[in-house]
Amino acid sequence: MRLADTLRFARDAALGYPLRTTLSVLAMSIGVAAVVVLTALGDGARRYVVGQFSSIGTNLVIVLPGRTGTGGFNPANVVTTTPRDLTIADAAALRRASAIRRVAPLAVGTSEISYGGRLREIMVAGSTAEFLPMRNFELVQGRGLPDGDWNSAGAVAVIGAVVRDELFGTEPAVGKLIRVGDRRLRVIGVLKPSGQGLGMNTDELVIVPVALAQAMFNTNTLFRILIEARSREAIPLARQQATEIIRQRHHGEEDVTVITQDAILATFDKLLGTLTLGVAGIAAISLAVAGILVMNVMLVAVTQRTGEIGLLKALGAPARTIRLVFLTEAAMLSSFGAVVGYLLGQLGALALRLAFPVFPAYPPDWAVIAGLSTALGTGLLFGVMPARRAARLDPVQALMKH
Amino acid sequence: MSLIELANIERSFRLGDSVVHALASLDLSIKAGEYVAVMGPSGSGKSTLLNLLGLLDRPNAGRYRLEGHDVTTLSSDQLAQVRSERIGFVFQSFHLVPRLTAAENIALPMTLAGIAPKERQARVAQALKDFGLDQRADHRPDQLSGGQRQRVAIARATIMRPALLLADEPTGNLDRHTGEEVINLLEGLNAQGVTLVIVTHDQALGARARRRLLMEDGRLQHDSAAAPDSPPISHAPG
Ligand SMILES: Nc1ncnc2c1ncn2[C@@H]1O[C@H](COP(=O)(O)OP(=O)(O)O)[C@@H](O)[C@H]1O
Ligand SMILES: [Mg+2]
Repeated sequence: MRLADTLRFARDAALGYPLRTTLSVLAMSIGVAAVVVLTALGDGARRYVVGQFSSIGTNLVIVLPGRTGTGGFNPANVVTTTPRDLTIADAAALRRASAIRRVAPLAVGTSEISYGGRLREIMVAGSTAEFLPMRNFELVQGRGLPDGDWNSAGAVAVIGAVVRDELFGTEPAVGKLIRVGDRRLRVIGVLKPSGQGLGMNTDELVIVPVALAQAMFNTNTLFRILIEARSREAIPLARQQATEIIRQRHHGEEDVTVITQDAILATFDKLLGTLTLGVAGIAAISLAVAGILVMNVMLVAVTQRTGEIGLLKALGAPARTIRLVFLTEAAMLSSFGAVVGYLLGQLGALALRLAFPVFPAYPPDWAVIAGLSTALGTGLLFGVMPARRAARLDPVQALMKH
Repeated sequence: MSLIELANIERSFRLGDSVVHALASLDLSIKAGEYVAVMGPSGSGKSTLLNLLGLLDRPNAGRYRLEGHDVTTLSSDQLAQVRSERIGFVFQSFHLVPRLTAAENIALPMTLAGIAPKERQARVAQALKDFGLDQRADHRPDQLSGGQRQRVAIARATIMRPALLLADEPTGNLDRHTGEEVINLLEGLNAQGVTLVIVTHDQALGARARRRLLMEDGRLQHDSAAAPDSPPISHAPG
């Protein structure tokens, strides 16, 4: 039998039984669509996090108190408490390192903010003038923290966009006095709305001089020291120098962890990449299920069309032709299902992107290729058994079933 | 030389503990171009004989020579090829593929044999004309009358120009008049040289064959070629 004829025969057979054809195409397409959408979600999450981390700033090196085992980044350590304090003087000392361009100490805490009788809980970040440019925070009004002595606690604040909206509404905020905790601070700047950022939502942040924050929270320790290396190439050196300087200052004890943005990025990249893979694996199970369904549908087809198989044999079709006809039909069902599923999946990913514009929900190429080939593979694999069963039928017996 | 030579053919089926001898010590020789009617009561082995002649079934014992070649030793794919090239079947229940048009059903043996579409088209067009089906080419079986369906089936059975045409009760599902038309068609094909073997219950139709075989309990009870003057068919039951 010619290839074109085999294809036409299989196609007509599939179209001749619309219900079971629809069913198997549907099952297969759901499997493939699941792979596409779920991996789009997983990989979207990965890209989103990586993008967020990249946007925290360039060439960042972060010093946090406490020692972690390997120097690798473990998200759990970010929130552990301090065994040994980092101070403003530590941060200031880092400025003399050759590979370091600038440094920003960071102290954080929560407090209440009020203005004109309106009151809310907010996050307070204490830092210095260079914090905003290092973190790529932009201002829409006013100016940033004053340059100068890090130990002077000027009573000023830069507020996030949501804080501004909630406290001031449409009133101008710059120049107003607000109360944060038990302090009266003057608003000197308003941050540009940033949307949901990673770790710290700047829209609900109040930034004050680091010495003021320490005074408010009654401490002289820092939460982090942010370092910007002179260049991408200088990051390892900056890390090394920062470690060394702090060690010297802490009497030779290496009691801080210095992490680089690259390391965080790599960790999250790996973590979420693995997650995507796992999700793809789960979705692949639905593909296997779809394959089994195709097999059952083809077994039903062989039973339904026993008389026809007998006829084909009587008309001189060899076993190979019968196998090929049924295998082709199974392959058609699964490849058509795969294509429909691919389109559905892409549509789903598009819908996700439209619904959440910040979320880059694109299915990765490897997942699409793996999904499509798994669909075809299982379809063929599970098509073999029914096809062989059809080819082995005894022609006389088969002809009697009509 | 005979087209068909059966020597000492046995065919039995196992049904639980008992063994049914559907064909027993059967010797039969049919020459090319003959017109043979196989008659006999139900269960006498007519269909089994026809399936054997058509290479759809194998004997348990005995020898079958078709066109001089021993076919009992061929593989199933070799048998399929002989069926494709040398044998045409007509069934009582037509056995048309319901989703294919009349033209596609007629072309099916050629499609399976891998004949080029152009050649197929030409031959199908001719067959449609020969069998008075040119107006029905694009009709599906369920849009055809019983007589038309059987004509499609006969066109299909002869499209590969077989040497042997086997028909198992081809008029069994047709009314008398339509059945007669179908028999006329088959006899016309026989007149053109095709060897024709028809299984039938119908005395009148059977009597039209030049040679009549009477089966009983898997044995060849009577062969009109062996005893041309005796009239056993009219005495036969069923
Ligand atoms: N596949 C089979 N299994 C068991 N017995 C069978 C089978 N085919 C035919 N037979 C038996 O063989 C005998 C002959 O059957 P068959 O050739 O169909 O008779 P006919 O066509 O003359 O009515 C019957 O007794 C029938 O029951
Ligand atoms: Mg019968």
